[in-house]
Amino acid sequence: MSVSLLEQLLRQTPVITDGAWATQLQVRGLPIGVCPDEWNLSHPEAVEAVAREYVEAGSQVILTNTFGANRITLARQGLADRAVEINQAGVAISRRAAQDRAKVFASIGPTGVLLMTGEKNPDELEATFAEQARALAQAGADAVVIETMSDLGEAMLAIRGAKSAGLITVACMSFDSGKNRDRTMMGTTPEQAAEALSDAGADVIGANCGQGIEGYITIARRLRAATDRPVWIKPNAGLPQIVDGKAVYAMTPQEFVSYIPQFVEAGVAFIGGCCGTSPAFIAAIRERLGR
Amino acid sequence: MSDYSQLYDAIVNGDHRLAAEVTKSALEANTDPSELIAKYMIPAMNEVGNRFACNEYFVPELLIAARAMKASLELLTPLLAAGGVQRVGRVVIGTVKGDLHDIGKNLVASMLEGAGFEVIDLGVDVPPDKFVDTAREKEGTIVAMSALLTTTMVNMKAVVDRLQSAGLRDKVRVMVGGAPLTPQFAEQIGADGYSENATEAVALARRLVSEFATTA
Repeated sequence: MSVSLLEQLLRQTPVITDGAWATQLQVRGLPIGVCPDEWNLSHPEAVEAVAREYVEAGSQVILTNTFGANRITLARQGLADRAVEINQAGVAISRRAAQDRAKVFASIGPTGVLLMTGEKNPDELEATFAEQARALAQAGADAVVIETMSDLGEAMLAIRGAKSAGLITVACMSFDSGKNRDRTMMGTTPEQAAEALSDAGADVIGANCGQGIEGYITIARRLRAATDRPVWIKPNAGLPQIVDGKAVYAMTPQEFVSYIPQFVEAGVAFIGGCCGTSPAFIAAIRERLGR
Repeated sequence: MSDYSQLYDAIVNGDHRLAAEVTKSALEANTDPSELIAKYMIPAMNEVGNRFACNEYFVPELLIAARAMKASLELLTPLLAAGGVQRVGRVVIGTVKGDLHDIGKNLVASMLEGAGFEVIDLGVDVPPDKFVDTAREKEGTIVAMSALLTTTMVNMKAVVDRLQSAGLRDKVRVMVGGAPLTPQFAEQIGADGYSENATEAVALARRLVSEFATTA
């Protein structure tokens, strides 16, 4: 059954996903330094408004406001005990916004712990991801997206955790380092990532965040060449600039989507945006694809 | 002085046990600690930096090299202090207010320690005044700030402004880094330098320290 959901989605590619969430919540009053994930409980209407805007803009897949909702990350805000609740609320909100117009792929981000420092052991990380994935599955997520990973080891633990909850799993890393910006912070290449993530059982392999859309064209091609799994891409809208004391992404939706044909040509299965993108970017992608 | 090039290799290869072992035997043979640092350890960290710049080394290799360097420095520091040898410089480091991300900051801190700096780590979510008060304790301090989020990077400017209003701006140097930052941003907020990664941060800190030497 899980395979048929992917097959059904992939009848027409690329599938349009969504854009950034936290910045959209800030537009709606989320203060800087406040955990966005907690808003699933305290401001569900604001979170749902963001989700609905993406559905209306043309997202066929929307994510959830659960990127930082693992127990380890939440503990930094004193919210560890609310992990399950926050994840379940996040899925419920996205499902309400999606109705039957979009699928809900729930977001799982990194814990912010470097495994190799020995600060936490791998078993604890895997259990943390498994707990988050179980909560997302129980609330009815169609799939999970493990995103913005820089450590292959952590990504693989997250995949194992997600798989233990029986969910379709998208696994993405951020390529932002090295001379050509084609490595993760830990030095992993797209080829190494594709192989290891596939072996770990990811159903879809991808790249998100880390750099602007231009640099992700070759990353998309290299991932595509290195795996038979569908490829998921969500790049940033360039690098932020400072205007009136605030960080803004200067790239317009029109500039962003001028690169879309190259991603189509590269054979990506899912396309959307990360930092600096908004519903206007998703609407522009849809228009560019002639849908 | 006998040949302790094994210490160089131990650091470049990230072997902290061997680094400590060689350091111990060198000290037993009454080797001058500052010579060990100058002849083997600093060149080793420079080589690690070169390999990082050439994409031969990445963060994992940096971390284990810095750990090996630290294992050796821990044995040398008490002797250096007793001999009145000064550290390369003093750095107050932290992730800015509102930001809880510390991987990049920790990496820069350990590379700076490895390069012989005295590092005071204020942790994450550091209020501007905490940076200012810690910088005030000693002249010639470098304030190093990290941010991962576009929403928190702007808090770096608050620190620069407060250093200014506290009359400390020309007594300290400010360096910044983090994923969303650019050299232009560093310039806009009035920082003295930006570095893209941990090895560049060490080079930058050294340059800022030399500025103190020339202006003092």
